[in-house]
Formats: sequence, C-alpha cells, structure tokens
Amino acid sequence: MYEQMVTARYYEERLQEEYLVGKQPAFDISAGPIPGELHLAAGHESSGAGVCIHLRDDDTVTAPHRPHHIAIAKGVDLKKMTAEIFGRETGLCRGKGGHMHLFDPDVNFACSGIIAQGCPPAVGAAMAAKKRNTDSVAVAFLGEGAIDQGGFLESLNLAAVQDLPVVFVIEDNDWAISMPKDRVTDVEDGSRRAQGFDMPGERVDSDDAVAVYEAAEKAIMRARDGNGPSLIEVQVHRRMGHFMGDAEAYRPEADIERAKQRDSIERLADDLRAHGVSDDDLDEIRERAHERVDEAIAWAKEQPEPDPSEAYENVFTNPPAQTATDGGSEGGEQ
Amino acid sequence: MATESRDITEATETDRELTMSRAMVEAIAWEMRENEEVFYMGEDVADYGGIFSSTTGLLDEFGRDRVMDVPISETAFLGAAVGAAQAGMRPIAELMFVDFFGVAMDQIYNNMAKNTYMSGGSFSVPMVLTTAVGGTYNDAGQHSQTLYGTFAHLPGMKVVVPSTAYDAKGLMHSAIRDDDPVVYMFHKRLMGLGWMPSPTGPKTPVPEEDYTIPFGEADIKRHGNDVTVVTLGLHVHRSLEAASQLEDDGIDAEVIDLRTLVPLDTETVLDSVRKTGKLLVVDEDYQSFGVTGEIIARAAEGALDDLSAVKRLAIPDVPIPYARSLEDEVNPSTDKIAAAIRELHE
Ligand SMILES: Cc1ncc(C[n+]2csc(CCOP(=O)(O)OP(=O)(O)O)c2C)c(N)n1
Repeated sequence: MYEQMVTARYYEERLQEEYLVGKQPAFDISAGPIPGELHLAAGHESSGAGVCIHLRDDDTVTAPHRPHHIAIAKGVDLKKMTAEIFGRETGLCRGKGGHMHLFDPDVNFACSGIIAQGCPPAVGAAMAAKKRNTDSVAVAFLGEGAIDQGGFLESLNLAAVQDLPVVFVIEDNDWAISMPKDRVTDVEDGSRRAQGFDMPGERVDSDDAVAVYEAAEKAIMRARDGNGPSLIEVQVHRRMGHFMGDAEAYRPEADIERAKQRDSIERLADDLRAHGVSDDDLDEIRERAHERVDEAIAWAKEQPEPDPSEAYENVFTNPPAQTATDGGSEGGEQ
Repeated sequence: MATESRDITEATETDRELTMSRAMVEAIAWEMRENEEVFYMGEDVADYGGIFSSTTGLLDEFGRDRVMDVPISETAFLGAAVGAAQAGMRPIAELMFVDFFGVAMDQIYNNMAKNTYMSGGSFSVPMVLTTAVGGTYNDAGQHSQTLYGTFAHLPGMKVVVPSTAYDAKGLMHSAIRDDDPVVYMFHKRLMGLGWMPSPTGPKTPVPEEDYTIPFGEADIKRHGNDVTVVTLGLHVHRSLEAASQLEDDGIDAEVIDLRTLVPLDTETVLDSVRKTGKLLVVDEDYQSFGVTGEIIARAAEGALDDLSAVKRLAIPDVPIPYARSLEDEVNPSTDKIAAAIRELHE
C-alpha cells in the first residue's frame, strides 16, 4: 500500500513538472509535450491504494477524471499509461484517449471525463460477474461533487435492487473545482445516501489509508460473497489545483495549508515505523517507486506521436465498407 | 433577412476593444441590471467566474442569489431553468462544456425545446442555455465537440454561435430578450483567455451601450468574388486567414459567418453563391448529417443553376482524438481551408 501511494504521489509531482514544460511563463494549455487538461490526484492516494489492494485483475474499476492514483493501485501498465498521457502511439489507447480516458483491459480499468459516468458501467461489470457466476467485483470511484448526478443515484438503486457485487467509493476532497461541499449538498456525510437505497454506507473520516483498507475490505468481501453493493466515502484532500493551471483564487490559503497537513502518506509511514518498519526500508521503497516512475516517463517521452492516419482507425471494431466519396473516413482528402 | 456586411470599426464608432468573454459578460450584466428576473446559474459560475470566464465579476455585482453555483446535477438545474422560464423569469443556465449535454438532454430537447409547441403556444420558455464548445487544445472526445448540428437539428431551440466580441455582446442581448429558448454556444478558443490564447480576430471594438444583433442575419466577414466560404465560430477566423493567404495568388474568397444556425440566413448564402458559383462550407462539427450538409442542401435548393463546385470540410465522422497529431488531422486547419478554396477556384 505504501509503495503504491508513494508511486502515485511521485508520479503526480513528476507529471506536474513535465506538464508545465513549454507552458511557462504564461500558462498556455495547448503548448508543451503533454496535451489537454491535467487533473492530478496528489492527496487522494489513500483511497486508490486502500481499496485496490483488495482487488484482482479480473475485478473491474472505473475511475473519474482524476484517475492516476487509482490506475497505479489497480496495476495499470505504468509505461503505457504514461505514453498515453503524453499522447503517443504506444500509449494504452494509441493516443486517442489521454489522461482522462485510460483503458486497460488487462486489469479491467477504465476512466472517463464526465461526472459519475463510470458508475453505470461498473454496475454492468458487476451484472456480468453475477450472471456468469464468477466472484469478481466492480468498484466505481467518484468525487464528492459527483454524488448529485443522476447517473450515480440511479446506479445505486439498480445495484441495490439486483444485489450486484459493486462498491461505490466517493473520494471527498472537499472541493468540486471551486465549489465547496456545503454549497451543493446539505448532507455532509455522503455515505448516508446509501440508506436511501438500503445498502451499507460507511464514511472514513480521516485521510487514513489503514482505515480505508479496513472499510474497503468489508465492502469488497461482502460483494464477492454475493451479498450486494456498498457505498464508502473516503476523506482525502486536494494538494494541487483542480486542474493544472487552476490558480485556486477561490480557495482560502488556510484550507490549502490544512489539507497539506493531512498527508496520508506521512501518516502511513508513521504507522509503519510504529510497527517496526525501519526508515531504511521506507527509503528503499520510495527509491524503488521513484525509479519506476522516472523510467516510465523517460520511456514515454521517447515514444513516437501517432501517425495522422491513425485518426481514422478504431471508430468501429468492424468498420463498415466505405461509402463516403470525399474523405468521410479516409485521411488523404480531408 | 440578408444583411449588408458590417464594417465593425465604422458601425460601432469606438476604439474600446474587448475580448469575447468580456463582451458577453457585459451584455449579461446590463440585462441583469435592467431586469430583476434575469439570473445566472451553473457550476463554478460564482467565485470562479466560469471556467471559461463567462461570468467574470458577476458575483461581486449581483450576489449569490442571482449568480448561483449549483450542484453537478445538470438534469435538475437545466430543467429548473425551464420551469423558472415558464414561470416568467429569464434564467441563464450554463452547461460547462457542451459535451456534457448527454446527462441532461431530456430536459433540453423534450422540455426546453418543445414545451412552447406542445402547449400550443400557451407557454413560453424564455431562457438562455450558455455552453462552451470546441477543440484545438487536445482535450479529447468528451471535451472538444461543438455539436452545432445536434442542437440545430432538434426543433424549438434558437442556436447562436458568436465569433467576435462585437457579435457576442449583441447576440447575448438578443438572446436574453428573446421569448424562446436560446442555446448560446461560445468557442473556448475565442474567449480571450490568458491560458488558451485566441487568434487575433475575435477581440474587436465593442460599444459601451447595449445593442442587439437580430437572429438570422449572417455577417459577411470578408467580401470576395471567386469562392464563397460559409462557416461559423472558430473557423470564421481560420477561413479569414486562409482567404488572406490566397489574396496574393489572386483568389478572392468571400467569408460568411452564419452567427446563428436557427434561424439560418439562407438568403445571404444564396446571394453569395449566385455571385461566385463556388461553395465551401467549413464546420468544426461532425461531417455527416450536420451543418455542412444543410448549407449545401439549401444552396442546391435555391441556387443549383449557379453552382459549379461544392466542397465541405468538417470533423470526418470520428470522435475527437487526444494526441496533437491526431486532433490536427481531423480539425479543419487554415491550410486545409486554403487548399480547398484553391481547389474550388481551379
Ligand atoms: C456531467 C458533468 N458536469 C460537469 C463536469 C465538469 N467537471 C469536471 S470535474 C468537476 C468537479 C468534480 O468534483 P468532484 O466530483 O468532487 O471531483 P474532484 O475533481 O474534486 O476530484 C466538474 C464540475 C463534467 N465533467 N461532467
């Protein structure tokens, strides 16, 4: 768990550096080597690691627009994922998806950019597992801002009424871009929404990976044993802006400071030391993680950009015969 | 409905240049001052001022009751705008990216767009749905679409696409005052954001006072005799650039900015086509079943005998890819527009 968390944190720090290359001094979103928006998850590590440690490759995970820590914890190929974030041909999605849309069939991971969008597909993966009588489960991650979306609430109900093996994990980082939680809901504890659907709901109140581990274990075992869905809300925090380039003018300085003090990685390190893990051991883990990240980023940067003709591939699995006359689907004419 | 070309500097008699975002906000603020019933709601529209600066400064002047941050519940708040509009208010509701329409499309096209008709005219829905459109910054398939054709296809919504600050302000005044639902689609790349530099064209002189631009009046942004280029949004500027590149080669292209898709100014397009005989339509939406096909169909219906060549450039029926090389391939560039005009001219 610790290793996953330090990998994820260092990954975000390194990506931040790489993302800002070419976008300085005046931030220009369309310059530099990394395309598009970038939502970094520094501060969210406990949730990805504490949940995914209970999962196997055949379990499905759907993640939202802030996905890297979850992908890492789920075992998504770090090199290919990084190449995808750099928009390269050898990326997970051949450069078509990018950082918000990473798909890795080897470990059944997907993420997407629209709020609560991953909830229904997670329910579907759970439906498939149930119909096929396997004991695999599905986990849908979403932000606390996403729990007011119909797609989430409908998914809770569908999962509950069919007793599906799915766990919903709300990552509460206090903010939905510039909107604090109390501006958009009167229910401070998001896990209480479970009550309306007659499923277990639990909130992990602190940025505490061990507590996440325990809550997730209960929920995932319950799902695996065929006892239906659960909802967990995990307190995490946002150490960076909503996306890179967000100056956070709306956010009080004190809130940023307070968030940074709740460092779940430091907290877990303390727990580990208390259990006799030496500083040397922790350093070694950290170094190994850093090396892995640096290697993935270096590899990704060497990868080629996709050939423009690739833009026309993969619209369909079975592409229909061409009927368009003027470049409707083939590159040259356009 | 045909309109004379608008020479912006002359018509406005002002040197004050604004970005498109400032111009749009100025119109909203003016209408909010005039009419207590106008309010704005959306995600991150209060303290943040809109992710694409569509509401900068409004919270300070009007307070949280009239500039409302709302939960990420588009079905609820877009539908609420419909209800408030039917109750006689004039809500402006922002869908942060047009790509998110999917989570709330029922409220948009079954309520907002149809209630006037289905009530036999006994209800009006005087609301504005503002939304950011467009790509060019590599945000991939769920954040880069324009969906112009989708909204214009479904009857009951007026659809507005400004390409300059002058047009943005006048069209916003018209939109808020209109008794029908108006979808006001602003292109991110044209807003004048510090972090997403605009081309030079959209920043224009803008009069201080309020003024309206009637819907259904296309604007000839460049006069020419050889080839008609019909376009909208960001591609007005790409087409103007392509046209000026071709000047030296003696090719004289006319560039028509549609400005509104519903209603559509067919007359201006036909007049131009009758003059040039050659039509290029450039669109940042998907190619099939969309704006390009519609314009060409109207040209064929109205001026078939005058047409000698037709071409279109649009997103070639693929979702918008992430990698730079791929997005550049599918989003019609200035070079591709210039090449298409040249080809038509031959
Ligand atoms: C349906 C929809 N509406 C709005 C957005 C724009 N948006 C992207 S992230 C975000 C805030 C999400 O907050 P939260 O769910 O708490 O996750 P966080 O970003 O804090 O991790 C919003 C409003 C979107 N992607 N999809």
